[in-house]
Amino acid sequence: MTSYLDDNRGLMSWLATRDHKRIGIMFLIATSGALLLGGVFALVLRIELLDPGKLFLSAMDYNRMFTHHGVVMVFLFMVPVIPSVFGNFFLPIMLGAPDLAFPRLNLASFYVYCAGAVIMIAAMWFGGIDTGWTFYAPYSTTSPTAVAAGTFGVFVVGVSSILTGVNFIATTHTMRAKGMRWTGMPLFVWSIYATAIIQVLATPVLGLSVLLVAVDHAWSLGIFDPDMGGDPVLFQHLFWFYSHPAVYIMILPAMGVVSEVVCTFSRNPPASYRAIALSSLGIAFIGFLTWGHHMFVAGMSLFDIGAFGILSMFVAIFSAIKVFTWTATLRHGAVWVTTPMLYFFGFMFLFVFGGMTGVALATSSLDIHWHDTYFVVAHFHFIMVGGTLTMYLAALHYWFPKMFGRMYPRRWSIVGATAVILGFIFTFTPQFLLGNAGMPRRYWSYPADYQWLHILSTAGASILAMGLALNFGYLVWALFRGPRAERNPWSSRSYEWLAPTPPPLHNFDEPLVIRRGPYDYHLPE
Amino acid sequence: MTVSEPGPARELVREADVQFENLARQAHAVRFGIWVFLASELLLFAGLFALYTAYRTEYSAGFIEGIRHAELAIGTINTSLLVISSYTAAAALRAIRRDAPRATLAWLGVTLALGIVFLALKGLEYSHHAADGALPGAYYAFRELPGHGGQLFFTLYYFMTGLHVLHLAAAVLVLAWLAWRVSRRRTTAAYHADLEGGVLYWHLVDCIWIFLYPLFYLLA
Repeated sequence: MTSYLDDNRGLMSWLATRDHKRIGIMFLIATSGALLLGGVFALVLRIELLDPGKLFLSAMDYNRMFTHHGVVMVFLFMVPVIPSVFGNFFLPIMLGAPDLAFPRLNLASFYVYCAGAVIMIAAMWFGGIDTGWTFYAPYSTTSPTAVAAGTFGVFVVGVSSILTGVNFIATTHTMRAKGMRWTGMPLFVWSIYATAIIQVLATPVLGLSVLLVAVDHAWSLGIFDPDMGGDPVLFQHLFWFYSHPAVYIMILPAMGVVSEVVCTFSRNPPASYRAIALSSLGIAFIGFLTWGHHMFVAGMSLFDIGAFGILSMFVAIFSAIKVFTWTATLRHGAVWVTTPMLYFFGFMFLFVFGGMTGVALATSSLDIHWHDTYFVVAHFHFIMVGGTLTMYLAALHYWFPKMFGRMYPRRWSIVGATAVILGFIFTFTPQFLLGNAGMPRRYWSYPADYQWLHILSTAGASILAMGLALNFGYLVWALFRGPRAERNPWSSRSYEWLAPTPPPLHNFDEPLVIRRGPYDYHLPE
Repeated sequence: MTVSEPGPARELVREADVQFENLARQAHAVRFGIWVFLASELLLFAGLFALYTAYRTEYSAGFIEGIRHAELAIGTINTSLLVISSYTAAAALRAIRRDAPRATLAWLGVTLALGIVFLALKGLEYSHHAADGALPGAYYAFRELPGHGGQLFFTLYYFMTGLHVLHLAAAVLVLAWLAWRVSRRRTTAAYHADLEGGVLYWHLVDCIWIFLYPLFYLLA
């Protein structure tokens, strides 16, 4: 059968498609574009910070630049990337379904995402935003920059996220192949499902809080303005009620990729399927009860601080269950070190190190010292960005042959992975030290004592950027010139590899019949 | 799978979309999806209810005074309109199940009319408040109720009922579109999961008002 890539040609056959795979590819292009844009903003910041005073950006432009970096990376790259690209492409295939339950809704969610992105980028171009990606009131409601348009763009992107979540939940519930039970789904599906629940339940609250900021900024509503009786801390509560679960929207899909990669390349079933699946739901649930740890210094009772601190530490328990299960999966396996596996090792380092600093930050006495310093910046870059970025690249290298029917050059990909992982560690380790030494985040100038750490960090960032550029280069090359890939180059047992390469329009030549589990490595393929 | 039950001659033979095995599975998926979406909508308003609770605790006197200045008559009439409209919307669904498209259209027409009257009355109410100077945020100039309590009360009043008005307007558009589908025999006794979804959405908009009504008109 013709593959989904050749099924229909011409630009319109892509722009008006309802095929989940093509929509996934369009999301891949859009979110990778966002990564590029956010990355350029990051490099501008890192270059400016080489000098303790002014190098080339004014303080105001610096404020705009870190806001743009955060907004683009969080809302246009990290939140949507794995669910909208790989979830879209592989959730139906892994379930043995011909498409998602609501293909038109899926296409709509892509265009809603684009509309939100255009509004946000237009706001950045005309006037910019200087509040930081958290849009803290009351400054955000009075800032002279284009806050109203920017936050409205975030609201629109949130709508797209909700539509995707609704689609994934309905698909997982109603479209599993005959004979596929909940405990027979590949683990990636579990993680996407848990993510979709958070998307649907938490995004509306974020949407509401940024909408309030947008309306407030546009028509001075004063809901969070103390001059009109409002309470700015209330905004923080509403904002973090979403944005903390959003951290898990970013990391849970990455964990799903980890589970698939580690099982395939150790040729072992997961050490405990149940532990991995249920800990995802555990993180999704507990993630709703930890938002207060962002406000330990914003005026909170000692009891609340203790409660939020302890609840936050519970996340570490669920995460540790996962880390130990993945490690145990390697045991007695025939470990095959491929590019996705390199990213897995990088992920494990960043995730464990970032996670441990998270437990430290949840301790209020330490948090008061580290609050709003580079330590927090390094912590969330390690765990959230490190986790998502490495797994976005791992997923791309793992599924590339299935998605495009081509193989990429292995040697170059190993060089690229090494550069990305080492560059990442090199960028943010100095920032832990900076924060601990007292350097506040979001500052444009700093005492000269800190300069050598900033120079190290910028050097790391350039290695990271070169690694990403290398990735981009050989993947685009492989798209057109790479050798043809087999149907199942990794000899995986997961269901997506049963489909032809690249899959045809409705994924399978004949309906998928479940005869074995997705991790039955003791059985023949 | 083709559905070929006897029906009016003009009725289109409805097939399930390609991703579903049959129409029953498709209807199940649509119903399920709508319920998930409704949960999401509820959370949107939940944030606002949390905001109301927080500010009412801080400014209880101002909020109680604010409620005393509410247009109780219009609010009560509007509440009864929406409650009746939920009944008529449900009746439309019952009619389509009995394969009675004319009755369905009639019930949908009544529902839409009730919704539009609600919106008109709401507009009248807003204009009364505006004439008194009870406007949101920085424009608040209500002499009878100075102070931050009243100001925040009316800001929340406009934002929360305004968001509800937007939802109701959307629900009116959705039901009008569904009425068009019924009239063209695209939504039929054999397949009406879309109408079911639209009616569920209508009920949700109604339910949210049931909570807004005491918060802004009764709990003084």
